[in-house]
Amino acid sequence: MTKDIENTLEIKNGQAVNLSEIPVLEYQEFHALVLDLLQAEDVHCVNYYAFPHNDILRFICCLADDRTQGIYLLSHIMATGGGLLKLESLTKYIDALHIYEREIWENFGIEFEGHPWLKPVRFPHDRYNGDLKVNDYPFYKVESEELHEVGVGPIHAGVIEPGHFRFTCNGEMVLHLEIQLGWQHRGVERLLLEKPKLLQRTILAESIAGDTTIGHTLAFARVMEGLSGISVNSRLDAERAIALELERIAIHTGDISALCTDVAYQLGTAVFGALRTPLINYTQDWCGNRFGKGLIRTGGSHYSLTDELIQRLRNLLDDFEWRFKEMADKAYSLVSVENRFDEIGTVTNRQAKLIGTVGMAARMSGVKRDIRHSHPFASFSDIPYVPVMLEKGDVYARYYLRRLEIEESINYIRKVLDNKRYFLSEATSPVPETNLNLSPVSISVSMVEGWRGEICHCAVTDEQGKIIHYKVKDPSMHNWKALELSLRDLEISDFPINNKSYNLSYCGYDL
Amino acid sequence: MIKETQILTHHGRQYIPDLTKARVPAPFRGRPVISSAEVDDKALMELCPTGAISKNPVSINLGRCLLCGECELAFPEKIKFTNDHIMATNDSKRLVVREGEDKRILLNPDMIREDIKQIFNRSLKLRQISAAGDNSCELELGACGNPNFDMGRFGLEFVASPRHADGIVITGPISENMAEAVQICNAAVPSPKIVVLCGVDAISGGIFAGSQALNREFLQEVQIDLYVPGNPPHPLTFINGILELTRVKFLIQ
Ligand code: SF4
Repeated sequence: MTKDIENTLEIKNGQAVNLSEIPVLEYQEFHALVLDLLQAEDVHCVNYYAFPHNDILRFICCLADDRTQGIYLLSHIMATGGGLLKLESLTKYIDALHIYEREIWENFGIEFEGHPWLKPVRFPHDRYNGDLKVNDYPFYKVESEELHEVGVGPIHAGVIEPGHFRFTCNGEMVLHLEIQLGWQHRGVERLLLEKPKLLQRTILAESIAGDTTIGHTLAFARVMEGLSGISVNSRLDAERAIALELERIAIHTGDISALCTDVAYQLGTAVFGALRTPLINYTQDWCGNRFGKGLIRTGGSHYSLTDELIQRLRNLLDDFEWRFKEMADKAYSLVSVENRFDEIGTVTNRQAKLIGTVGMAARMSGVKRDIRHSHPFASFSDIPYVPVMLEKGDVYARYYLRRLEIEESINYIRKVLDNKRYFLSEATSPVPETNLNLSPVSISVSMVEGWRGEICHCAVTDEQGKIIHYKVKDPSMHNWKALELSLRDLEISDFPINNKSYNLSYCGYDL
Repeated sequence: MIKETQILTHHGRQYIPDLTKARVPAPFRGRPVISSAEVDDKALMELCPTGAISKNPVSINLGRCLLCGECELAFPEKIKFTNDHIMATNDSKRLVVREGEDKRILLNPDMIREDIKQIFNRSLKLRQISAAGDNSCELELGACGNPNFDMGRFGLEFVASPRHADGIVITGPISENMAEAVQICNAAVPSPKIVVLCGVDAISGGIFAGSQALNREFLQEVQIDLYVPGNPPHPLTFINGILELTRVKFLIQ
């Protein structure tokens, strides 16, 4: 183990280091080391990607260790140009890495030998094989007279984002579901390099997934702060944590409402739906936008949490809390609702670990993945957050986890507000930066626990301090697989409640 | 039952009685007002992330503006965002707000097709297409039907099938990967029908303008009946725009 770690570079969440400090390994060694480090239950891969620079393809693997709060960085390089590029697959041994290898294959044409099926991830405009179009996705097929396929999407029967769901069914029973994404691809990562201004990049980060504006923009701001050596004051940290938890409470409340809709529990739909409104209206009163666009900026904030806003937040939470409890006590004890959610769409603990779920989709199955706890950022290092854990992994667990997390987040915000150190000081949050000097030849990794789970952003700079690679990872990259598994051996009519119970991101995945 | 009634009573009346008179409180950023103060025009234009600001006279194109408010923060003496959420229009020229102007953005009555008011006056069913939207516009459109805004009271509704729809509402900058689906969906809507672009990304591409991952050719082929600015547009901006387009009498003065 010790020797292993010598061949990596350990950094903290949000830290930037010189690229040359990461040992460059032979692929064989890299391969063995990744497998070895991932033996430990407390270590998981938070990002693995490749980027071209000066005719060389550089691979970076980021493994987060929950025991040390560290992130191990591993690297290897490959000459590009000429010939088919082949490497031995890691997925062959660790299923959870499937998506990263698919992505590298799609972008650069690297064949990972032993990968079960290298399928396109998102059909990016700058993909290696431009001839393969979004309609050519190679779905898994079973030849049988008894079975039929149901194809849904890309456009769905609702005001939601596009994706294609292909069900292989035996009568009403789903044997297999495969989800094809990519329809939403806007070229975010490329634009993050091409648009030169910090403000443009910040707005791009805000638009990665508009329902996770705070989560993604915070991950972005922390990458930028890491690369430019800015440390922010504890007041700003506190405000950021509050914004993040408010986003979580609002979305979870809306999702509980949507779950009620899908089982025709109208009172729940209406009341939870109405309860979400004052939360997002508060965010608007804070920064002018119901989704928090404009609130998170690098190095500071334009919208300090004033005493008046703090008082209103306290009142809002008090009011929300009893109203939520009153409704939830009812909605969570109704047999008709419970009956529809209980033991439906189960993902077992073993499956969840195998496919590498993160965030809520992990915690519902007893897998402790929570960056607030394992790699704390903002005020989470000062005021610890204890993750809510459930075991069953079914729709009910996802429905119930949301309730418990809402309660926990309310408590957490109160703890932050009560912490005199943050808010009694005259110190306001600093004014945001408009121009940054990024340290050259560096890399920074930043992780934030958004409401869906672990968000990871990485940026790499060249000799001039120009960003040459920006990698975004939304938790949905891992969790869509969980939805697919949930549907196995379930009636197809149970799809909507399962889909809502996860509420995964299309645009966060498609970028 | 008693419990349910109690919950309902506690929540009281949620709907906003008159949507045309409702106000969104500041610091909501709605229609901007540009003063005649002398500022460094170049710096002002340079700062805007989408090039929404131009000079001579200084103006802001709401078809491009993200309402990020950064220009106001940097040049408060020049630009002020009011909380006026009435911004939807059918005339793209009216999306441009010029120095010294402080009047509401309304629809251009001469540009509304006659059949729209005749046919869709009392009921309008729409098919929403998210074409690489970031899910904030989609959530706000979803909110239009919630107990607060309750656009269903006007016969406005999103429907599942384009066959049941009287038009489409596009959100997002239209990715290459969605381009064909948008065409097919629009073709499936029976005529007469309307096309609404909702949000800055749909109107101009927003922050994604110029990305090679987009394909906005579809917009060349159709007439746009309504532009709804915002990032995302507030539900009231959308609902009021649709009402102005379809009601026989204009409601906003
Ligand atoms: S508010 Fe609009 S005009 Fe002003 S900087 Fe932002 S995008 Fe540009």
